[in-house]
Amino acid sequence: MKSIILKTASTYLLPLLLLFAVFILLRGHYNPGGGFVGGLIASIAFVLHAFAHGLVETKKMLRFVPSACIPVGLAISLISGFVPMAIGRPFMSGEWLSVQVPIIGSIGTPLFFDIGVFLVVIGITLTILFTISDGIL
Amino acid sequence: MTDQYLLLPVLGHLTIAIALIFCWRRILVQQIISVAGNLLVLIMSIALFHKTWHQGHLTLQAGNWQAPFGITFVSDTFSATMLLLTAFTGLAVSMYSTVGISKNRIQYGYFPILHFLLVGLNGAFLAGDIFNLYVWFEVIIISSFVLMTLGGKKPQVEGGIKYVTLNLLASVMFLTAIAILYGLTGSLNMADLSLKMSGVSNRGLADIAGLLFFIGFGIKSAVFPLYFWLPSSYHTPPSAVAAVFGGLLTKVGIYALIRVYTLIFIPDDFTRTVFLIIASLTLLTGALGALIKENMRTLFSYLIVCHIGYLLGGLGLYTHLALAGTIFYLVHDVIVKTNLFLITGLVNKIRGTMNTEQQGGLYDQYPRLSILMAIVLFSLVGIPPLSGFWPKINLFRESMAYHAWYLLVAMILASFVTLFVIARLWGNVFWKKAPALESSPPDSFAGLSKGRKFMLVTPVVMLVLLSLYIGFFAERINVLSDRIAHELLDPAPYIKSVLGPDAVPATQTR
Amino acid sequence: MELLLLILIGVFYATGIFMMLRRSMVKLLIGIILLGNGANLLIFLLGGITRGKPPIIPEAEKALTGAYADPVPQALILTAIVISFGLQSFAIVLLKRVHVLIQSDDLNDLNTPDTSI
Repeated sequence: MKSIILKTASTYLLPLLLLFAVFILLRGHYNPGGGFVGGLIASIAFVLHAFAHGLVETKKMLRFVPSACIPVGLAISLISGFVPMAIGRPFMSGEWLSVQVPIIGSIGTPLFFDIGVFLVVIGITLTILFTISDGIL
Repeated sequence: MTDQYLLLPVLGHLTIAIALIFCWRRILVQQIISVAGNLLVLIMSIALFHKTWHQGHLTLQAGNWQAPFGITFVSDTFSATMLLLTAFTGLAVSMYSTVGISKNRIQYGYFPILHFLLVGLNGAFLAGDIFNLYVWFEVIIISSFVLMTLGGKKPQVEGGIKYVTLNLLASVMFLTAIAILYGLTGSLNMADLSLKMSGVSNRGLADIAGLLFFIGFGIKSAVFPLYFWLPSSYHTPPSAVAAVFGGLLTKVGIYALIRVYTLIFIPDDFTRTVFLIIASLTLLTGALGALIKENMRTLFSYLIVCHIGYLLGGLGLYTHLALAGTIFYLVHDVIVKTNLFLITGLVNKIRGTMNTEQQGGLYDQYPRLSILMAIVLFSLVGIPPLSGFWPKINLFRESMAYHAWYLLVAMILASFVTLFVIARLWGNVFWKKAPALESSPPDSFAGLSKGRKFMLVTPVVMLVLLSLYIGFFAERINVLSDRIAHELLDPAPYIKSVLGPDAVPATQTR
Repeated sequence: MELLLLILIGVFYATGIFMMLRRSMVKLLIGIILLGNGANLLIFLLGGITRGKPPIIPEAEKALTGAYADPVPQALILTAIVISFGLQSFAIVLLKRVHVLIQSDDLNDLNTPDTSI
């Protein structure tokens, strides 16, 4: 499917979609969105790129193996769960800093949990799709 | 009471699994981390058991969301015991795997997946929320799928398809049952469900949900009409993997069955009769299957099916003594079945084949190893004073008291067939003269270095010592299973520990 | 709406089981997917359907007022979908692998583990 329209469009869509994924990730705690959806959108961006330019190009552009995201994301999520235990609250309690950061909003353990999920979802989805479509795209 | 550190056995394995992924290519590091990690988790499990034994029910409200709205983790004596057994099995299998699993498989992520499997098992034993139990079950099955098919040999993937399909079907049944349960009661917390189920007016739908749970868990624990996937898949993966599967995966189904049927659905006469009949048929079909098999691992797979019947029968009888017997049998079965598959792996290493007809003369060559294996085999049969004997007393006595003669006959027949099968196996593998084959496969055990032999034999010795302990100190295990049966039959302390001391109405007694 | 969903769930379960009973591996996979979707819809239906009131607290308020949709079934379905996504992709890769090994789509050809004993 090497259409010139898709090729041109995907070049502009990729950064837009990635930005949108981060936006969805950050608004996730009190509004619809979150790490899982954001991760799916981000991986869809790469899949669209693979559709337009071929798998080899996408892998070259990524510069890292997508499965490397999985342990990093898992570790971030797990640590965000451990943090409340260090101050004597149950595992995975939501602990928020009192300061508000511009753009991001409140910072707390759920945010880091979501970031972990975001990375894991990108890693797993891309690994699955690249494995299945190997030799097709 | 609340305990912040309740989840440590789960989180420990999770941390180890993540650490293992980070050293994906370094085999030696992975082996060291895995064994050391399992030791650590064993210590945590012992600590948790100790605490549960002395302080009663421990609970943890994950994320500090109070029950019944949040996800609850509960450790009663039953959970803590299962965690302890899992930790012992995990340590044994992890040690055995350092030599027993090929480098190739380790490079494809054997150790991380093994730890994810243990995460799922530990989580399932601690879950106090029915949907959370479902999630842990999915963690278990996805890891077991990978372990089952890792290596991608033809028989493996073919056995894998049967395993995957039946387990996915079981998950759908489980999910359907959860959906009905949620529709009926509007709750998922097991303690809360226990209270609300008695107020449900639509008894018919409640029974359907109960039996759907039975089918779902029944597929996973391989009871009578639903066991076909087990003997056609369990002999395909490497022995270390088969040991975890044989020792723990079917038992987690039984665990969930006991949990659900003592806490949420209290079995009526009809359900109990269904359990008893299915238990009898499971005992008989498993035993008959074991009779005709010559491959050691297929034979043991049928014995797994057969001995699930004892556990289900005890649940069907549903008396204090019968449940105590079931728990005792469960404790014995986890240790012995794991060990069985480990020694099968040893025999396979020595002889290069699983077929009992082509083996022989092992006692001549390895007398000390053979004695070890004999203890395992005779514990399985239940020759007194070894561990398999004691729980059967309870089960036999209660089936007589309940007039479940067919169950009694099935249990006795199954015991005899097990004895016969093991005696034949003993004769074939250990006493018979080795058959003179033109191309007998080389003995790959004798050539191993001292350290590697140590890693292969130590787990077997450890588990043998455990089964000897269970056999010779049966009194202590009896106290334990008695206490567990007591807790199972009186869920009020469980409910109180989750929902607070005022949750159980004073009039409600079961 | 409930009636429509009820019929749909029945159709999903029936076709799913029918497909799983076929001998083709691809149909087996489709059957598993249909069954999973049926179960998800069942949770959705039995959790109770409330129209047009998502369980999201508006900016100006502190708590939800009036009848609102139960968020629990949606969380359950989301979890179940994620899990079945993983399981199904594993099943697809497994079936692809088996197809490469035995060069057939027929489940009756999967007899190596049983016959080679």
